[in-house]
Amino acid sequence: MSELENRNPDPLTKNVVFLTAVDDIINATRANSVWPLTFGLACCAIEMMATGAAKYDIDRFGSGPFRGTPRQSDLMIVAGTVTHKMAPRVKRLYDQMPEPKYVIAMGGCVIRGGPYVKHGYHVVKGVDLLVPVDVYIPGCPPRPEALLEGLFKVQKLMKREKILDRTRRTTKPEVYQPV
Amino acid sequence: MTEAKIRTEEMLLNMGPQHPSTHGVFRVVVRTDGELILESESHIGYLHRCFEKCAEGNNYLQVVPYTDRMDYLCAMMNNWGYAVAVEKLAGIEVPERAEYIRVMVAELNRVASHLLAFGTYGLDIGAITPFLYAFRDRERILKIFEKLCGQRLNYSYVRVGGVTFDMTEEILADIEAFCDYFDPKIIDEYDNLLSYNGIFISRTANVGVMPADLAISYGVTGPSLRGSGVQRDLRRDAPYGIYDRLEFDVPVGTGEMGQLGDCWDRYMVRMREMRQSIRLVRQALAGIPEGPFCDKKAYRAVKPKAGETYKRVEGARGEVGFYIVSDGTNIPYRVKARAPSFSNISILDKLTSLSDVMVADLVAIIGSLDIVLGEVDR
Repeated sequence: MSELENRNPDPLTKNVVFLTAVDDIINATRANSVWPLTFGLACCAIEMMATGAAKYDIDRFGSGPFRGTPRQSDLMIVAGTVTHKMAPRVKRLYDQMPEPKYVIAMGGCVIRGGPYVKHGYHVVKGVDLLVPVDVYIPGCPPRPEALLEGLFKVQKLMKREKILDRTRRTTKPEVYQPV
Repeated sequence: MTEAKIRTEEMLLNMGPQHPSTHGVFRVVVRTDGELILESESHIGYLHRCFEKCAEGNNYLQVVPYTDRMDYLCAMMNNWGYAVAVEKLAGIEVPERAEYIRVMVAELNRVASHLLAFGTYGLDIGAITPFLYAFRDRERILKIFEKLCGQRLNYSYVRVGGVTFDMTEEILADIEAFCDYFDPKIIDEYDNLLSYNGIFISRTANVGVMPADLAISYGVTGPSLRGSGVQRDLRRDAPYGIYDRLEFDVPVGTGEMGQLGDCWDRYMVRMREMRQSIRLVRQALAGIPEGPFCDKKAYRAVKPKAGETYKRVEGARGEVGFYIVSDGTNIPYRVKARAPSFSNISILDKLTSLSDVMVADLVAIIGSLDIVLGEVDR
């Protein structure tokens, strides 16, 4: 009993055991039906498509439907180079997603500019300057297995969510200023 | 019943840059009258990755990986286009074995690229099954490439002076097995699944008709031009490598299902080209000689004399050209890339204004042009 109580830090509802069970149920359903946003930018998008297609089949792990709109999705896989022209759109798409939302940075370009880090005057050096990133997947492009591994990491994060804890995302990065 | 006066007005509709059917980050603003498109305006530049600036800051061998990332669906052909340009500039002789390997990997890459075009075109129009079939077979090609060079997408395999790694007997056997596996698939599965499907034909035939003279004046090349009935293929018209010794046909659009140069024709040219590519791979397999796979000196460093050159190859989307200016150092002074997708997409605005095009047809036209935005913006 005490163990369960400790899992709920909220002083108002600390003695209500029921809430922790709700957490578990909601998190299990959420983590096993992740709806990613179809957000292919460059080469990594092809590997993202391969992950969803016949051989790697992301549906096996409870994440199939790539949505065309951010309003229906809870995971943004930033797959491909983010440029200064695209950056405000990335930010806007992220803002349009409903909470709780997660971001995977897929590929070297999204992490820190990749091969364009030195001479790429039009490349944003890391998407974490725009949106908070949960999981980074290195590679140019990362293999579909790597993307699946990234998905498992996100699912682990999802299982740690608490419905009473709304503070997870209050720290937002500074608003991006295009150069 | 009295006739009520209905007020109508035009509507501006934005499509992209985040849109599943634009094959990347492409934005079209269309002025519509109901379902009809009156005018469309393309916006590009969302994936400008500074290829030319990167080329000016790296030496000749280091530029090769950047050419991969221009057209990431047929990276081998981009590598090859850059390699032939530098080889001509520096006067490097390519070993015979490397030429055969290049033909093999390039044609396999063409098949992989057309497979993806086939799959995503079905997806754009509303058929999800072809996509899964296409990726099943594409994975087989990627597995061969992975054995060959360790990468699934951006290979950097064709390099200045030859290729990066030698072809082993095991991989040759894999390629032969793939040819035997894939050849009957095109007719048995793909044509039955999509090409002659009634819904598919009614969505694509007579849509986005591109007259040959208009296509030529816009600089459209590759399967999109051949779909309009123009027999132009650099592999045959301006042979590079060993293509002058190989036998193959250049399939063109025939207007079988509708008018000449419609979306179905452009689509069908790609399907027929895959058959020719397999034929080319088989010929290269039969004739591959023993010997070195790369020029030894060029494997380490390249330093051409001052001068300039332009060379082009036939990529999966059209003519891939590289104009290189050298100032005698080991870093190129200027590299200009001629990307086929850029010219091909420029005709889109004209196509939508030529005839009555619906909003849903716009997706069919973009899909049939088969653009890669990495190449449009570079």
